[in-house]
Amino acid sequence: MASNEQAAAGESTHALNKRSLWSGILFGIGSMAFIDEVIFHQLLQWHHFYDLATPQIGILADGLLNSFAWFAAVGGLFLFADLKRRQAVRMKYWIASILIGSGAFQLFDGIIDHKVLKVHQVRYHVELWPYDLSWNLFGAALLIAGIALAESAKKERPV
Amino acid sequence: MLHHHLSPAVLWFPLATVVVLAGSLLLYTALAAWTNRRYKQWPLRRYLFWFSGVAAAGISLASPLADAAHRSFSAHMAGHLLLGMLAPLILLYGKPLTLLMRSLPVKPARHLSRLLNSRYILIVSHPVMTALLNFGGLFILYRTDLFVWMHQSVWVYALVHIHVLLAGYVFTWSILYADLTVHRHSFRLRAVVLIMAFAAHKVLAKTLYAAPPTGVATRDGEMGALIMYYGGDGIDLALIVLFCYSWYKAAAPGRIARAV
Repeated sequence: MASNEQAAAGESTHALNKRSLWSGILFGIGSMAFIDEVIFHQLLQWHHFYDLATPQIGILADGLLNSFAWFAAVGGLFLFADLKRRQAVRMKYWIASILIGSGAFQLFDGIIDHKVLKVHQVRYHVELWPYDLSWNLFGAALLIAGIALAESAKKERPV
Repeated sequence: MLHHHLSPAVLWFPLATVVVLAGSLLLYTALAAWTNRRYKQWPLRRYLFWFSGVAAAGISLASPLADAAHRSFSAHMAGHLLLGMLAPLILLYGKPLTLLMRSLPVKPARHLSRLLNSRYILIVSHPVMTALLNFGGLFILYRTDLFVWMHQSVWVYALVHIHVLLAGYVFTWSILYADLTVHRHSFRLRAVVLIMAFAAHKVLAKTLYAAPPTGVATRDGEMGALIMYYGGDGIDLALIVLFCYSWYKAAAPGRIARAV
């Protein structure tokens, strides 16, 4: 592990680009989880802290995901601060990687959490499919926008 | 409503707590003042950390909150957040081990150093072990009859609370390295342990919401679980920020990476 931290101090361009990508992806995942928590749990109260029908595996998966998301949001920003002090920020790429991270998280939440593990549903006592469809389409749109932005940034100035 | 009350005759536990905590304040101040004559001034902020940490533990163990905790699970949980999460975090920044090392004469200091370097400390201060001791202990407390016994015997009550404080402290110490640290582990390992440990805390909070410990009413159990979940989130966030900040400092450009 010591070698990892030593490599970071040695800052090759490749390592910094990789760090930038991870910074955005982690921050994207973390902020999406936070937005989900605030909008759907606290403001709209469509789904809850715990809905009393969640299977054990769902509680475990949700706990891990939530715990990881907290860490990802904070860690992503500290990685960004590190890029900033090394003057290695490329804003367009960074925003693209945030979109990719948050879109991937949204899709993961919509497909794995809601449908496969059945942690909870988007909303209760309503026809579910329009909610599921828009949830996942929104995630896919974020993901595609992120990839497109990264491509356009690459055309301007290759990595 | 818990059905198990500690009899009012058992006054010695809060009294003993107050004596021990006050003693720790006196000892800390005396050692700092005494060593100030030979070394750099012990910074003011460390006294503040130590005193606030001791106050947090004191509120949890000997105060109206501690009395309420015998009757209400929500109060019990608020007390446990103070004792097991907040107090350890603040106490650690008082750097008690650094102060102790600075106070000891050379020979006992060498003994202490040998002890810290021992295989025993290597094992019990490993992040995986401290996480198990800390969060495993919580699962045993709330998922077995220990929670009932704790309210019947003052000895069990005392042991559980000492364990919660110590296990919380050693866990925080093994993650943050804010005080003197002997056996060091990589950021990656500590990050993984931190994520798993917080996940375990969230899982336990959710299952307590669904099924409170024996003797706790549903409403009270739900409230206590919410306090555990969201209160835990707040302190988790502080721990994550401090942990990431320690990475940020360690990874500074031009800084020679230390051999972890």
